[in-house]
Amino acid sequence: MDGGGVGRRRREAIEGELKKLRVQREELDGRIRLLESQLEVGPAGVDGAAAGRGVVDGSCDGSVACRSRGGNGFAPDGGLPADMIYRYSRHLLLPDFGVEGQRKLSQSSILVVGAGGLGSPVALYLAACGVGCLGIVDGDDVELNNLHRQIIHKEAYVGQAKVKSAADACHEINSSIKVVEHHHTLKPCNALEIVRKYDIVVDATDNLPTRYMISDCCVLLNKPLISGAALGLEGQLTVYHHNGSPCYRCLFPSPPPVAACQRCSDSGVLGVVPGVIGCLQALEAIKVATAVGEPLCGRMLLFDALSARIRIVKLRGSLPDCTLCGENSVFTEQDFQKFDYENFTQSPMSDKTAPSVKLLPENARITSRDYKTLVDNGEPHLLLDVRPTHHFQIASISPSLNIPLSMLEEKLPTLETSLKEKGAVSALGKEPSLVVLCRRGNDSQRAVKLLREKGFASAKDIIGGLQAWGQDVDPDFPVY
Amino acid sequence: MHLTLEFGGGLELLLENSTKVHKVDVPIMDGEGKVAMKGLLSWVKANLIKERPEMFVKGDSVRPGVLVLINDCDWELCGGLDAELEEKDVVVFISTLHGG
Repeated sequence: MDGGGVGRRRREAIEGELKKLRVQREELDGRIRLLESQLEVGPAGVDGAAAGRGVVDGSCDGSVACRSRGGNGFAPDGGLPADMIYRYSRHLLLPDFGVEGQRKLSQSSILVVGAGGLGSPVALYLAACGVGCLGIVDGDDVELNNLHRQIIHKEAYVGQAKVKSAADACHEINSSIKVVEHHHTLKPCNALEIVRKYDIVVDATDNLPTRYMISDCCVLLNKPLISGAALGLEGQLTVYHHNGSPCYRCLFPSPPPVAACQRCSDSGVLGVVPGVIGCLQALEAIKVATAVGEPLCGRMLLFDALSARIRIVKLRGSLPDCTLCGENSVFTEQDFQKFDYENFTQSPMSDKTAPSVKLLPENARITSRDYKTLVDNGEPHLLLDVRPTHHFQIASISPSLNIPLSMLEEKLPTLETSLKEKGAVSALGKEPSLVVLCRRGNDSQRAVKLLREKGFASAKDIIGGLQAWGQDVDPDFPVY
Repeated sequence: MHLTLEFGGGLELLLENSTKVHKVDVPIMDGEGKVAMKGLLSWVKANLIKERPEMFVKGDSVRPGVLVLINDCDWELCGGLDAELEEKDVVVFISTLHGG
């Protein structure tokens, strides 16, 4: 290299450094301006004391608190204080959004039901963009297996209430908005009271009965509902009960059969998928709050992550004879409070409690502790694991034979061969017993039922499956 | 009649190899050279659904919780079971999701 080359590179390095320093100076100037403006203006707005802190419901009248706000930091005359101009400058620069959009946003109150995979990006974006009052409802605590997709929660919050974790995260991003924590599971007995306080509702829940309940509640209280759902590698999004769009019951008057209701805790979900749908829910909520653009009313967005395809389809309008939003609906708030959504859908208001089946007589079942005794006594047996192969690969009890339930019938010869081999190696040729296992003890019952019909009279299943094994016998067995 | 049928939201699990997109040639079922949705449903049930048909159909329609879209439009807006299909139409069957 000649000296000129070195000089040029050196000059480039210095120029780069200068550029970096100038950017830093600009950022520092911005922060100084923001702090200075806070000194001049004082705590923002009339109820500025509440702004910047989490509000737990019960300790404040959310209805008054959410409605009386003049906006987060907006001056009473409607002008924008300097710190807000600086914070939301990129919004204000949008010709379609501008000061008017930002003002409407700051005066709106939005309720996010569920602080999970969908609710995480919804709450983060709504907090960041300056919604006046953000309510978050969730009765659950943060668990380690939430963190791969519920990006609002951090490791340090595992074991704490999701609403607390979410509210703290929102405030770290934007201390000027009001966040209300509703630490409950939304139920017919509390939904009206909570939802009534807000202008817009975001359904970021994970189960069918809650979806019917939130939709019914929004129809009764006439609130637009931004509904998102995600499972596996697919997501769905629409805006119900707004600008002539249908309600959930117009679209699905009868609930699907229980077997068709897959849960994330059973079927899995790729973390980014609810993230994508949640971001779009935040976007639709902003559009509805500000009356900017065309919300996804009467249309549904279908997202297929695997094939990278988004399809937007046209839906029916609200049905004139809908039992909820139809002209002649007789469904009242009292009816709502008494309505048994879990019974209506035959599924629980939670993603976690899988309904357990009971297909076998007592004598066809053993507990995980019984099984441990059987192993310790060296009784000849074959352990058949009927989970899907990809489950078996996560963790299994050794030695066990994996034949997924869906393939059991066609693989009965394999099972017979394995049983014979077991019998041959066991002392005195004692007939080995057949013990069937799955994740939670439902599929194992179905398998034993089938096996007994096919002549495997000794087949028994382990009550509670691997979950019970982990709880009662081997605490080191991985939970998933 | 050549149609593209797509299954989603978990309905694909009822089909061979869980394939989502099926390009099919559906025989004309009435004397007028037409295929209506009602006929298509029974054809799908007989020819594509490999297991648990009750997860796809109920009575002569789809089971509750399934949206049917003809060329990206809710079939309720096109005549439902009586909707007549045309060559190269795309029919999507999608099960509604509840997870999050």
